[in-house]
Amino acid sequence: MIPPQVAGHLAGRQLEPLLAGCRELLEDPDFPTVERWRACGRPVIGHFQVYFPEEIAHASGALPFRMRGAPVEPFRSDSRFGSYLCSILKTSLEVALSGQVELDMFVTHPICDAARNLAGVFGRNFEYPCQILYLPQNANSAHAAEYLRGEYARLLGQVEDVVGCRVLPDDLRQSISVYNVNRALLRDLYRIKRETPWKIAADEAYALMAVGGLMSREEHSGLLERALRMIRSRETRRLDRIRVVFEGGFCEQPPLDLIRAISRSCYVVDDDLLIGMRWILDDVPLAGDPLANLAEAYLERSSYSPVQHDHRKPKEEMLLRRIEASGAQAAIVTAAKMCEPGLEEQVTYTRALDGAGVAYFVSEFEENMTSFDHLEIQLETFVENLMFD
Amino acid sequence: MTATAEEGLVGRGNREGARLFKEWFAELTRAAEEGRGAAYVFVMGSLAELLRTFDLPVVFPEINSLQTAVRHQAHEYLNEAEDYGYSPDICGYVKADVATQLRGGQLPMGRIPKPAIAVYTNACNTYIKWAEIWERMYGCPTVTLDVPGSRAAGLRPGPGDPDFEHDRRYVLAQLHELIPVLEDVTDRRFDEDRLRETLAHANTMSRGWKRVLDLNRSRPALFNALTDGTIYLGVSNCLRGTPEGARYFDELVEEMEHKSASGIGTLTDERYRLLFVGVPCYPIFRRFAELFTEWGGAFVGSTYLWFASGGAHSAHQYDLDRPLESLAEGLLLGVRDAMDSMFFQTDALLQMFDQYQADGIVYHPIKSCRTVSTGLADSRRDLMSRADVPSLFIESDMMDRRVVSEAQLKNRIDAFFEGLASRRAGSAMTSA
Repeated sequence: MIPPQVAGHLAGRQLEPLLAGCRELLEDPDFPTVERWRACGRPVIGHFQVYFPEEIAHASGALPFRMRGAPVEPFRSDSRFGSYLCSILKTSLEVALSGQVELDMFVTHPICDAARNLAGVFGRNFEYPCQILYLPQNANSAHAAEYLRGEYARLLGQVEDVVGCRVLPDDLRQSISVYNVNRALLRDLYRIKRETPWKIAADEAYALMAVGGLMSREEHSGLLERALRMIRSRETRRLDRIRVVFEGGFCEQPPLDLIRAISRSCYVVDDDLLIGMRWILDDVPLAGDPLANLAEAYLERSSYSPVQHDHRKPKEEMLLRRIEASGAQAAIVTAAKMCEPGLEEQVTYTRALDGAGVAYFVSEFEENMTSFDHLEIQLETFVENLMFD
Repeated sequence: MTATAEEGLVGRGNREGARLFKEWFAELTRAAEEGRGAAYVFVMGSLAELLRTFDLPVVFPEINSLQTAVRHQAHEYLNEAEDYGYSPDICGYVKADVATQLRGGQLPMGRIPKPAIAVYTNACNTYIKWAEIWERMYGCPTVTLDVPGSRAAGLRPGPGDPDFEHDRRYVLAQLHELIPVLEDVTDRRFDEDRLRETLAHANTMSRGWKRVLDLNRSRPALFNALTDGTIYLGVSNCLRGTPEGARYFDELVEEMEHKSASGIGTLTDERYRLLFVGVPCYPIFRRFAELFTEWGGAFVGSTYLWFASGGAHSAHQYDLDRPLESLAEGLLLGVRDAMDSMFFQTDALLQMFDQYQADGIVYHPIKSCRTVSTGLADSRRDLMSRADVPSLFIESDMMDRRVVSEAQLKNRIDAFFEGLASRRAGSAMTSA
């Protein structure tokens, strides 16, 4: 099934206007690409952070829409939540309640205590199916992959009911193939960040990646391919900036202006921003049972985050590896305000960084924060200390 | 029954509960002094039935933490953990436990042994993050028992349903994986007959627990679900799978049946019957309860007694002929019920409201616990749109006295009761 083009206005643009267009799309709380998709009569399946097997929704012809909050005030959703919660929960519900985005199905995951409440909250507010996809939380069980394969089959059945069509194994293979291409392009983007970070600022790379959650991956891959070509040939001067890893953007996203503020004094050579889009590290095999392949990839060929416990991936060691592999000199260890997993992991990360003698900068953010002056001054001081130490 | 016999019977559950709790903690202190390692577990899916067969002392860090709050010492523990680096915005139970570990296991009630292993379900995500802390501190094995919950409100497939069987196989497989780890940690072989014994005791306890909860439909209510209920809950968790626990619940049923037959209530003048949704305010536990009882308000039931008993309220009975399989099934059903009572509780609350002839529902979300609290405002809104049920929504915390304002709570609670009174007066006038 050929997906509709919803970001056609970006096609043919040179790099700077293309990046500006990505940024505009990302900051538009009316989600125009999703609206255009729906205008074509095609369904939209909203999924909350962090990881969702988008291939399953894609194979059905639906748009897998990554719900990552929005730059909106939670006027309607505020009364549906308690006081001590992260912003992304509220703004994700807000855009649905306000009609800024219309869904045909909503899926959340047991990533944290707050997020798994969303199935209940959405379910009480909308008629469409709202559910939890129980990704395995015992990643070390020999039976986790088999269980997950079954859970994916259950999800597929629900998606088929919503979309009103049967999805065949070959449809899934085709979607996996589309996503393999997209993941490879994102790996290329991150390779550029690591190897020649002066060619693409952190906020530009982020915008380019994040718009993938707002359109089909075929269209996103087309954008990425063109953008990557232009980035590689971009004439930019290498500046005297320190190389940092940004950690803490696995769920709620920092505002673009915050990422831009960081990139004014640092080269962000790796990060965990929207890590769900890059969760699977390698191509998912096309041969064999596609659902089993997706399940196996989730468990065995995947990145790390504070919301997955896996004895094989101690998070502080994974962070140190990320720092080493990217040649970073320091880490920015952040957490979204009120994000329990992120805040808990900060303690572990900073102790591990202390142990390894890696400099770090600790902070908290909120997706709707608007003032960065204080943080920028602190960060500049941190950078200067490192550079002139 | 003679007056003396009645005197001994009424209030026995509270006295015996306190005694058993002290004994249990004294045993933990002995284990700590002897350098024996313990199994660290949580209330939602403790697996005490299995762990006891390996003679592991069982430590419930949630219960330890709440005890620091009840004893007005939580702030010292919270400060210590925050000094260590933990944010004011994370679970207070976790922080109190971190400080406990930093103090070598020292608590106001005694001392707890170090973990030889941590076994926990995913009923609360914080369980998993919490266990990671012990893993890093002690290098002990930590085992997640992944128990998939209901995927959506009302989606509760039962035994025989393919979706249920799929989940059951997964849980059973994980139990099979856990047993060799336990054998390794304790240097003991798994004994299926001992499992049958602990399961039999757990059956008695669960039956008793459900009966006790059901008996509180009596008028007047026999016990305060907020205060007395927490004592019973403590025994239900700490002594799960033991003969002492089974005897306790047999006797508690006896006490409650006697009180029901004799019309003996928890309050001498019960004016309002209330349901409680959330977690109690432990930093001012006694005073918090008094804010309601002073108005003649009795808590007849609570979701806390459901989820914090790991779903034991559903009285699942293990099949002793197939102990491990039945344990997997019971774990799946119990933990799922516990999660449902936190995430999808509206239907159950409406049912309970009728069954217990309640006058109102008190929602008490807390800063510390997102699992319980995230959806409560929306759940209340949904409930009020579906039924004419008076409700109160108050926020505080289970651990952190910095976010507990007694004066504000009192204002809201007083206004709630004034509303209930005028509502009652209004309906009396209408019916006259």
